[in-house]
Amino acid sequence: MSLEIKDLHAQIPGREILKGLNLTINPGEVHAIMGPNGSGKSTLSKVLCGHEDYEVTSGEVLLDGQNILDMAVDERSRAGLFLAFQYPHEIPGVSNANFLRAALKARLPKGEDIDAVKFYKQLYARMDQLEMDRSFTSRSVNEGFSGGEKKRNEILQLMMLEPKYAILDETDSGLDIDALKIVSRGVNAMRSENRGFLVITHYQRLLNYIQPDIVHVLMDGQIVHTGGKDLALKLEEKGYDWVKEEMLAAAA
Amino acid sequence: MVSAPDILEPVETEAPDISDIRVDSVGDFTFPERNKFDSGFGITEKTIDYIADVKGDPDWIREFRHKALKVFQEKPMPTHWATKDLENIKFDEFRYYLSDGQKPKRSWDEVPEDVKKTFDRLGIPEQERKFLAGVEAQYDSEAAYSNIKAAVEEQGVIFVNSTEGLHKYPEIFKKWFGKVIPTGDNKFSALNSAVFSGGSFIYVPPGVKVKHPLQAYFRINSEQFGQFERTLIIADEGAEVMYMEGCTAPKFETATLHSAVVELVAMKGAKIQYVTVQNWSSNVFNLVTKRGIAHEDAEVRWIDCNIGSRLTMKYPGVIMKGRRARGEVISIALANSGQHQDTGAKMVHAADETTSNVISKSISIGEGRATYRGLVHIPKHLKGCKNNTECDALLINPNSRTDTYPAISVRGNQHATQHEASVSQVSADQIFYLMQRGLTEAEAMSLSVNGFINDLVKEFPMEYSVELKRLIDLEMEGSVG
Repeated sequence: MSLEIKDLHAQIPGREILKGLNLTINPGEVHAIMGPNGSGKSTLSKVLCGHEDYEVTSGEVLLDGQNILDMAVDERSRAGLFLAFQYPHEIPGVSNANFLRAALKARLPKGEDIDAVKFYKQLYARMDQLEMDRSFTSRSVNEGFSGGEKKRNEILQLMMLEPKYAILDETDSGLDIDALKIVSRGVNAMRSENRGFLVITHYQRLLNYIQPDIVHVLMDGQIVHTGGKDLALKLEEKGYDWVKEEMLAAAA
Repeated sequence: MVSAPDILEPVETEAPDISDIRVDSVGDFTFPERNKFDSGFGITEKTIDYIADVKGDPDWIREFRHKALKVFQEKPMPTHWATKDLENIKFDEFRYYLSDGQKPKRSWDEVPEDVKKTFDRLGIPEQERKFLAGVEAQYDSEAAYSNIKAAVEEQGVIFVNSTEGLHKYPEIFKKWFGKVIPTGDNKFSALNSAVFSGGSFIYVPPGVKVKHPLQAYFRINSEQFGQFERTLIIADEGAEVMYMEGCTAPKFETATLHSAVVELVAMKGAKIQYVTVQNWSSNVFNLVTKRGIAHEDAEVRWIDCNIGSRLTMKYPGVIMKGRRARGEVISIALANSGQHQDTGAKMVHAADETTSNVISKSISIGEGRATYRGLVHIPKHLKGCKNNTECDALLINPNSRTDTYPAISVRGNQHATQHEASVSQVSADQIFYLMQRGLTEAEAMSLSVNGFINDLVKEFPMEYSVELKRLIDLEMEGSVG
């Protein structure tokens, strides 16, 4: 049982972005991926979810043993993969509550519906954890939300959908320190031995609140360095140059 | 009126979620014809006399029909502005009157079995029990069932079909019939005037507010047939009524014609709401003329949803004849491949301080085409008139098409008008976002479309808004992948 990425190559027309990426996330683990701009961090999250802009040219992604690369976006989601978007989309006219109901219902056998009372009970409890006002249930998904509200809403969806593997794509961007704490609290509440996390971030700051078990450095489409949580501190302090130098030294 | 709260929030309401109900096709079934009366193909003087004989028309109606036939024959097709597809209507290949010769029944048990099965399947008796004040169910040319709740009848409300209306209540009927929409208004109003049969006649006495909606359902069962119902609704001073109509037809190999005329009269301080949810099969030419007159302080609201048909041309209008009268058109049109929804609104301000509001949303799927045509007329001698027009179009696929032709003529400088239009697309990123949460592509598309029209759907009575969402789901299912 794990999310296993094996020698993954992916491209947009004319440019390879992921160049043989290997990574295994076991349930219960929190992995952080850091890396300079353009290293392929966001691409990785989209490729894992099946975004049509990216073509996988070789490699495998196994979710608990099942290759998900041939699966449609929605099938991967229902198989247990969740992405907290860096830029969550607005869905005009569709209320948050209805959106979540539809998403939960999509996981049930055809013809079955979720228990509305239970649903709202859970929704309200989760919203309380994220200090979200109840009015967010009837507001259109992300429409008119501030950057911080959108990120909280992503974590609310994560909490309601309870995926096996969650990818957080720069969830800390655009958050002030208070919002960062709240969002992290939500994520930490979801940490469990049955769930794996992949936290993509530019900044070590987030990792003070969501403490990773393993930190990876992504450069030029490959994982080039792996370490413990101290690695994030070192990157914050020294930047990425030393990683490059190490790579060059290793290559020489 | 039972207005829909946020139907996307089914917790407070009993409304089932859209995706709960699934059928293959709402109205695509038919029963064998059992017509005692059949006017045969084509339309001539003889056809008119046949219909007038069968229906036992008084002389003035027979004469009215004959005059209308001449107008129909003389008027050209409006193809100088409308679609050329109108030329594909072969008037000789339709039958203009079909009925089994039975009077409308007041109990479903007395309705012939096939007809009863048809309306059962369309959910009409169930809706009647649940929330309607009265129902008229028309099958081809005549009503098969017509009933009004005793409590409403005791208030003096008249709700019958047009034939019964003109026979039993000539003094009210004659005063307004053909006055809101004259025979010569357009080619199809003339055609309807010549061969009309069925439709509702409603009169609400002064001060009576009909609490629950009255509903008519128009069902076409026969092939190569034209349905021409004629509806006249009069709300006397201070009266209020809501009328709802639904329509379906099976899909035949050949074209079907539906051409109704609907006239509304709202006397001083009265309020009429006319709600349509039509779901024609894709071979129906649906060419309908609908107009209301609003007297002083009166209000006429058209809430119109057009799904299906090959070509729909419909521009509900309000003539605001009295001071402070209000007119409103709220419309949703959904055009799928092979369909053209040519819809809009006409707002004629004919008194001071009159207010009109038009909100139109259209969705084009596949190669579907949605057209908005609006006319707002405010003459120079009036003061204090207001109009608001908003039309928004949503395109689903790269080949989908939308056109907007707003004509707003405002003379004088003591009025306020505003017009807004937008065209948007459901973006690939929006669909990706929804699918990442586990929705299939069709579900994601449905949810997006329902979101686009959500603010208008709230204007429909709840029972209809649920139906509407279900119909949209069905339309979206085949549109992706």
